Amino acid sequence: MAKYRSLSRAWLTAGVLALFAASASLIAPAAKAADPIKIGFTMALTGGLAGAGKGALIAMEIWKDDINKKGGLLGRPVEFVYYDDATQPAKVPGLYQKLLEVDKVDLVVSSYGTNEIAPAMPIIMRKRLVFPALFGLAVNDQFNYDRYFQIMPSGPEPKLDWTRGFFDLAMEQHPKPKTLAIISADAEFALNAAAGARKNALRANFTIVYDKTYPPGTADFTPIVRAIQATNPDIVFVASYPPGSVGMVKAANEVGLKTKMFGGGMVGLQFAAIQKNLGPMLNGIVNYDFWVPEPTLNFPGVKEFLAKYQEAAKGKGVDPYGHYLPPYAYAYLQVLGQAVEATKGLDQGKIAKYMHDNTFETVVGKVKFGANGEWARSRVLQVQFRDVQPNNLEQFKGPGKRIVLYPPDWASGKIVYPYKQ
Amino acid sequence: MKISAFWVVVVAIFVGGLVLTEVVDNEYYFTALYVILQATIMAIAWNILGGFTGYVNFGSAAFFAVGAYTSIALNKSLGLPLPLLIAAAAIVCGLIGLGVGYLTLRLKGVYFAIATLAMAIVFETLITNWAYVGGARGAYILTPETFLWFKSYIQMVFIVMLMLALTAVAISRMLNSSRIGRGLAAIRDDEVAAECAGVPTLRLKLISTTVMGALMGVAGAPYPFFVTFVDPVSAFNLFIAVNAIAMPMIGGTAHWLGPVIGALLVGTTQEIITVNVSSELNILLVGIMLVLFITLAPQGIVGLWLKYWRRRKK
Amino acid sequence: MLTADLLANAVVAGILLGGFYAAVAIGLAIIFGQLDIVNIAHPAFIIVGAYTAYILNSRFGFDPVLVGVLAAPIFFIVGAGIYRIYYAAFERTGQESLSGLAFFFGVMFIIEVVLILVYGVDYRLVAARYIGSTWSLGFVDLPFRLLVPFVTAVALTAGVYAYLSRTFMGRAIQAVAQDRLALQLMGANPVSVKQWAFALGMATAAIAGSLLIIIGPVEPSVGRLYIGRAFAIVVLGGMGSIPGMFIAALILGVVESLVTTFWGPSWAPAVAFGLLLLTLAFRPSGLFGR
Repeated sequence: MAKYRSLSRAWLTAGVLALFAASASLIAPAAKAADPIKIGFTMALTGGLAGAGKGALIAMEIWKDDINKKGGLLGRPVEFVYYDDATQPAKVPGLYQKLLEVDKVDLVVSSYGTNEIAPAMPIIMRKRLVFPALFGLAVNDQFNYDRYFQIMPSGPEPKLDWTRGFFDLAMEQHPKPKTLAIISADAEFALNAAAGARKNALRANFTIVYDKTYPPGTADFTPIVRAIQATNPDIVFVASYPPGSVGMVKAANEVGLKTKMFGGGMVGLQFAAIQKNLGPMLNGIVNYDFWVPEPTLNFPGVKEFLAKYQEAAKGKGVDPYGHYLPPYAYAYLQVLGQAVEATKGLDQGKIAKYMHDNTFETVVGKVKFGANGEWARSRVLQVQFRDVQPNNLEQFKGPGKRIVLYPPDWASGKIVYPYKQ
Repeated sequence: MKISAFWVVVVAIFVGGLVLTEVVDNEYYFTALYVILQATIMAIAWNILGGFTGYVNFGSAAFFAVGAYTSIALNKSLGLPLPLLIAAAAIVCGLIGLGVGYLTLRLKGVYFAIATLAMAIVFETLITNWAYVGGARGAYILTPETFLWFKSYIQMVFIVMLMLALTAVAISRMLNSSRIGRGLAAIRDDEVAAECAGVPTLRLKLISTTVMGALMGVAGAPYPFFVTFVDPVSAFNLFIAVNAIAMPMIGGTAHWLGPVIGALLVGTTQEIITVNVSSELNILLVGIMLVLFITLAPQGIVGLWLKYWRRRKK
Repeated sequence: MLTADLLANAVVAGILLGGFYAAVAIGLAIIFGQLDIVNIAHPAFIIVGAYTAYILNSRFGFDPVLVGVLAAPIFFIVGAGIYRIYYAAFERTGQESLSGLAFFFGVMFIIEVVLILVYGVDYRLVAARYIGSTWSLGFVDLPFRLLVPFVTAVALTAGVYAYLSRTFMGRAIQAVAQDRLALQLMGANPVSVKQWAFALGMATAAIAGSLLIIIGPVEPSVGRLYIGRAFAIVVLGGMGSIPGMFIAALILGVVESLVTTFWGPSWAPAVAFGLLLLTLAFRPSGLFGR
């Protein structure tokens, strides 16, 4: 009898224990649900691209606050783990390794710029993670990674689509321009843009009469502009970084460059401080951009976002208006967040599939990715500077100074042609 | 006796490294150690010319970058494996070092330092304009999928780097404590007097610059496989040159152990600061440490220690 | 392609650029050329000058050149202080060659990083009415953005030259470069003469900085690009000779401009440094050496 009793007691104990274990295992995931989702990335917070990188970080923090106000992702709060990559590609692999191995982040996104994205790719690919990227030009041409998603609207053939608008605009003019000069900075992005321009020019039957690169640290651009003028080109295509862009615009005005179209791929002319400094020298230049405050680009949510950004940017030494990059830095997290919510989990394969299959509503409009992770359709804008007044920052906050000429769907005005004769 | 003690330590460190790859899985630590070892080799190499012989080389980054680009070019054209790439980089950079050695025939002191700076810029311009290795656009290297018996590729390059660093230490020690080392020291103290006393100054200087170049090239050769993306701006980064000068200066230039101590100390601090605070502060720290050590303790840590030790002995 | 007006304009642009290079190099011609102090941080001090011009220009609208002239005395005092440290730590102990070099290398990095920490890495620009307008003489154009620095640099060079050759202190500075003992016998203290000369060289950095930021945008690490050029000019000019330095600066400017115009801008820096390497290898005393 006693034996039976003790046996049943043993069973009872076991049963109670099992119940505890079961309830514990039920409680555990509940506790885990409150654990934050960690998103890891590096960002250029010092070094050459820090100006843009800091602006991007402000935009990303705004997204984080917005999403946490709504209750986070999958009911879990969102946290960032990020490191400064100092705009040095060499630092990127080590830092992503640390994010994945030490910080054990749940999701990753990229730093800003091609040179900071590419070095992270091999590690990300080995772990088969979804990789939303911020402004990389044709990174995936090298890697062909099916979980790479690039938010910059350069289009399915990034190198070509980047400059297509500039040349399409040129070909619409009468009489058709025939000769082309290309000058580009001796660095990664500018060389790729120039290579694309060359192909587009070939397609449009241009004769290239000048094709040179300039090194970083070039102090004076007037000899370059004169050498270009000596070849008398109909069109001058420039692919440059901020110091070169400023130098070229100033030199072109001083020398009195005479050509029918001038601009194309000048980085820096999108930033308010440089716009203010160059003032009326900008008038007539046709240059790429990604977002300008024209009525045709007034996507839902973008005004609210920019208001928050402009408030947060005060005194931080970043672009005060945040037109060019910040909306996209917000949008690439929006896309990732929407994909996580829709797939109800962190399964990288499912998220990637969802991102390939669906169109996303973001502050930069509808985003649809193509097979190579670039936008399925290019939306590189070509804008023309108009009526720019000297020494006035405020003028660039609203519409009317940067008229969208291309693509036609988003155009807010017609080109003024020729540039100067 | 002392020789064997040194080799015991070397072997022990190497075995320690191997054990580490077995015990530790976290790839981040190997990345960090790789960076520190790379800086160690650069510091040792710089010191062979700068510390032992007294010629200041501002162009360390050029040797490093040429080593890296030798690797890229030969990997792309012939698909050579890493050990051969390292050997090739040693040869190429050793030859450049030899050329620099002939420069010392005409250029003393400051002029030599400026010439090395100019040399770095000439090489950077050349590589920026060399489209085959990517030019200014940079070059991608995909890390191979095989890595011997190691758990990951980074572990393997870490072991490679550890081997190279230990070799560099051994070479530097050998040069420092042999007849050659005494000849080099004579050049540093007074080149004309050394020449008069029958020291074969040119030959010694050529040895010194060649070894320096070769070691720096060796430090650069595995770099493309480590970062997977190399562009001229990052390969010729002035920070590499600054570190190569600052580390021996902080550690102490006269002794072979100086650059090793300096590199381990500064490199580790940098890694901690970069990850925990910011990389700007990291550069600031190197600058401040360099200035403080040079003004207050020109003999470096080794010098301070020797001073302390001698005083105690008395 | 080789037309007369293109050639003339290239040469003129080169001369204007060369004049600016002279302003960058003149401080080094004194500090390095005459005192044998390898102040590799000189370009970094020039960047400090450029930022001074930027701050006062953007806040109060002062003309950059005016700011440069006003800031020069402050730079002078700072320079005197730095020389004191340098003297105490290196010259007195006879350590100057190797340790001194590394000292200034460290100083250069500290300046750069402090600027980055305070002002960030964005390119800074100044506004002045003359920037952007051009003075046309026949088929030759003279942009004021380059003409103003050129004129200022010529005035600076002429002023320094006159000071060094006409005044007692100036002659003492030249004497200290040539024969220290003789100077001591004449009753002048070489240390205070060198301190004065170093401070003078530093003062020119304030003006050179203001010129730099008139020509183009500046960020903290731009200074590095001028290290090689500035030393090249001083060496080409024959170490410490002010007229030699000025001519060397013009030559470098014109060569860079010609290469940029007729060959391609990407080779300009290599040609300039190639020239330096050749000079060092075959005529280390410089084109105008003693």
